[in-house]
Amino acid sequence: MTTSYAVLGQFGDAIRFIFEGQTSTEGTHVGGSQFLDLLWEHLKLTFAAMGVACAISVPLGLWLGHIRRASFLAISISNVGRAVPSLALIAFFVAYLGVGFLNVMLALVLLAIPPILTNTYVAVTQVEPDTVDSARGMGMTGAEIVRKVELPLALPLMFGGIKTSAVNVLATATIAPLAGINTLGDPIINVSGYGDTGRLAASMVVAALAIFTELALGAVQRAVTPAGLKLESNTASRRMRLRFGREATT
Amino acid sequence: MIDLLLAQVQLQDRANGGASCVADNGFCPSWIVDNFNRYTDPLVQHVYLTLVSLAIGFSISFALALLAHSRRWLVGPITQITAVLYTLPSLAVFFLLLPLTGRGNTTAIIALVSYSLLIIFRNIMTGLDNVPGETKDAGRGMGLTDRQLLWEVELPLALPEILAGLRIAATTTVGLATLAFFAGAGGLGEQIFADINFKSNVVTAGGLAVLLAAALDLVILLIQRLLTPWTRARAT
Amino acid sequence: MNSPESAHTSGPSARPSAATLEFKEATKRFPGQDEPAVDGLSLTVPAGEICVLVGPSGCGKTTAMRMVNRMIDITDGDILLDGTSVTERRPADLRREIGYAIQQIGLFPHLTTADNIATVPRLLGWPKDRIAARVDELLELVSLDPAETRSRYPGQLSGGQRQRVGVARALAADPPLMLMDEPFGAIDPINRERLQNEFLRLQKEIRKTIVFVTHDIDEAIKIGDRIAVLQKGGKLAQYAPPAELLMYPNGRFVEDFVGADRALKRLALQRVRDIDLWRAPLVRVGEPAAEARAKVADSDLAYPLLVDDEGRPLGWLSERALTGERVENDLRSPAEPTVELDDVLRDALSDLLAHEAQYGPVLDERGAVSGVLSLEIIGHALKADPEKVRSGADALVTEDS
Repeated sequence: MTTSYAVLGQFGDAIRFIFEGQTSTEGTHVGGSQFLDLLWEHLKLTFAAMGVACAISVPLGLWLGHIRRASFLAISISNVGRAVPSLALIAFFVAYLGVGFLNVMLALVLLAIPPILTNTYVAVTQVEPDTVDSARGMGMTGAEIVRKVELPLALPLMFGGIKTSAVNVLATATIAPLAGINTLGDPIINVSGYGDTGRLAASMVVAALAIFTELALGAVQRAVTPAGLKLESNTASRRMRLRFGREATT
Repeated sequence: MIDLLLAQVQLQDRANGGASCVADNGFCPSWIVDNFNRYTDPLVQHVYLTLVSLAIGFSISFALALLAHSRRWLVGPITQITAVLYTLPSLAVFFLLLPLTGRGNTTAIIALVSYSLLIIFRNIMTGLDNVPGETKDAGRGMGLTDRQLLWEVELPLALPEILAGLRIAATTTVGLATLAFFAGAGGLGEQIFADINFKSNVVTAGGLAVLLAAALDLVILLIQRLLTPWTRARAT
Repeated sequence: MNSPESAHTSGPSARPSAATLEFKEATKRFPGQDEPAVDGLSLTVPAGEICVLVGPSGCGKTTAMRMVNRMIDITDGDILLDGTSVTERRPADLRREIGYAIQQIGLFPHLTTADNIATVPRLLGWPKDRIAARVDELLELVSLDPAETRSRYPGQLSGGQRQRVGVARALAADPPLMLMDEPFGAIDPINRERLQNEFLRLQKEIRKTIVFVTHDIDEAIKIGDRIAVLQKGGKLAQYAPPAELLMYPNGRFVEDFVGADRALKRLALQRVRDIDLWRAPLVRVGEPAAEARAKVADSDLAYPLLVDDEGRPLGWLSERALTGERVENDLRSPAEPTVELDDVLRDALSDLLAHEAQYGPVLDERGAVSGVLSLEIIGHALKADPEKVRSGADALVTEDS
């Protein structure tokens, strides 16, 4: 076991750090099972932020898209969101509200809202007006149209937004230790207790977590795509997304 | 260790100012005016990191797009590989690269470039794919060679989407470059991190980053308007 | 065969302005398809004539056209342009010598009208001032104001203007052959009619060899000097001038394709001035009745037609009007309907039927009677030798409104 890690040099040391841990300069045990605590905190923060962000942006995006208003607001909010560095956002919350779980979470919520809101909005407005019109013609109410027509058709693109936000929040939660929350970023920010090996190990875990999230949510996205939509070429939706100048997310 | 040391030095620095606003970690316009010069070097470094990364990222993406344009089967693999690079959190990439490239600009730039590839590549491909079939057919029918068609028709018509991709890449790169100091490449993030509880500092450094992103966005938008006059010409 | 060097120096008049095009058993098989798209197509288009390829969708007409400039390469057989096989030419060089206009027009949205038209001259390396002069000349040729249109982008032009710019662009280097794929297909019926007339007038001036693809048999009959009817599987069903095609369709397919009203369609190919009219007994009030009676006896009609001093018709006279010494103004019916020499027979027939008349006076440009057209004459015209029926640009007399 030990020899096979050694082949990988510093990366091997880091892998051993992840699975076995070591004693830190301060005498405490770091790595190994201690990483599970950090992972738990990391996921808790991510899920909380994503939950709040979804609860706000999905209904809002559906509603704005349904009434086909406020396109400027819905589109430019993602442009503004992108221009604010995540580090500056966290630092701003720390400087003005202080450290703590709730404060970091709020910062992450702000980070997560724009992609979800914009994608949901665009997804709904992209539903063919003819489809909505025929639904109305068959006697569906506004709420029924949203629930039975617009939402199912908007789901794939909406999940694209959720995926973008989730990966982004997960990555940004790494700097949460700046605000006193010990996520997987702890070995990276507070390097003194862990050493370079610990920092590299944490980086590997964070990277793996991001890839896993991307793949898992990608699978969910495919699963929620109505069968009829999978048959259609996605050229139209791609064109639409680019018209609004945002990155295309699959 | 160096980072922490630096933070202490700066902390003492501003404590010597003495004003109560500063002592309270407040937002102090006069302090910002007096100490603005401490942000110029990080800003210059930030601009440097952003522009170099964008230039390299664009060159690579452009080359990949031209390659994939003539060999369609490459679109899938290139998209998948760049998508993985895009998904990897930059902060993690900085430290994953450390054992290979060491601390400094190189590591930071590699990470920033790898993040921008997917955005630019995909926009170039979409721009090229959106060129109307009849326009290409007419061009070919009049005797344009494949190369002439690409450079004189397809790429000019793809410009709006290519530049839209560059705008997205530019603003995200400015944001990510605030983390570049973790790789030892300085920038505005280093200023933020050095005194994260001091409102004046956070607002100034963070504000400069936002302004830089907005300025780059505007510059590329202006370039686009200059290069694509036909997109604004509509029937009178 | 033109070498690339001579292509660079050739200009509007350096080459004969029209070429002969010959399909020789030209065949196209697409990989993975059992049936060929074009199957052994053989036909010759004489220089300066319009050959219309017509047929239902999927008959290979567009494929046949695109094989000429090698947008699609032939699998078997050959296509000769002025006796030289197109397969011997580099595709790009070949295409620069062949005008190309398609239904969607395909103007370059990022270039001005002038730059769009200048595309092929630029590829051929013409000097700047010559290109500028040619652009203005072409814009005038397609009835656009150069000063106004030159620097506009396609997005600023109307559909009809874009179509004209497309034609001007295809004509830019004065190609001896033009390929046109449903160029008026996306235009509304009223403007299509106008553009067709304009196109025929233009062709009268430039006399290019033109391969014109359409699915509309009426357009084919109106435009074509010769019509090639293709059927599914890319087989040539018939190749003939319009009148012959309408009169002697060589099988069920062509008969069905040209339609049950093919006799009426033939009438659209002929004008009143092209056929022999009845002589009319023209009389004036006050002229000796005996003379008038002699005129009636000598004419094809039983009743005299009263005209004024300018020869314009006033009405058909009753028998009583000639019973006295002098011709009296005693009308039995007004002189309606009247038809004009430039009317096509189909419209004239429609007028007669609408007035429930057997015949009606034919007026010349000044409004004077030059004969009488009857249902009987129209019946004879339907049996006329198709060789004598003019078509395409030659048949065009009236201007569009």
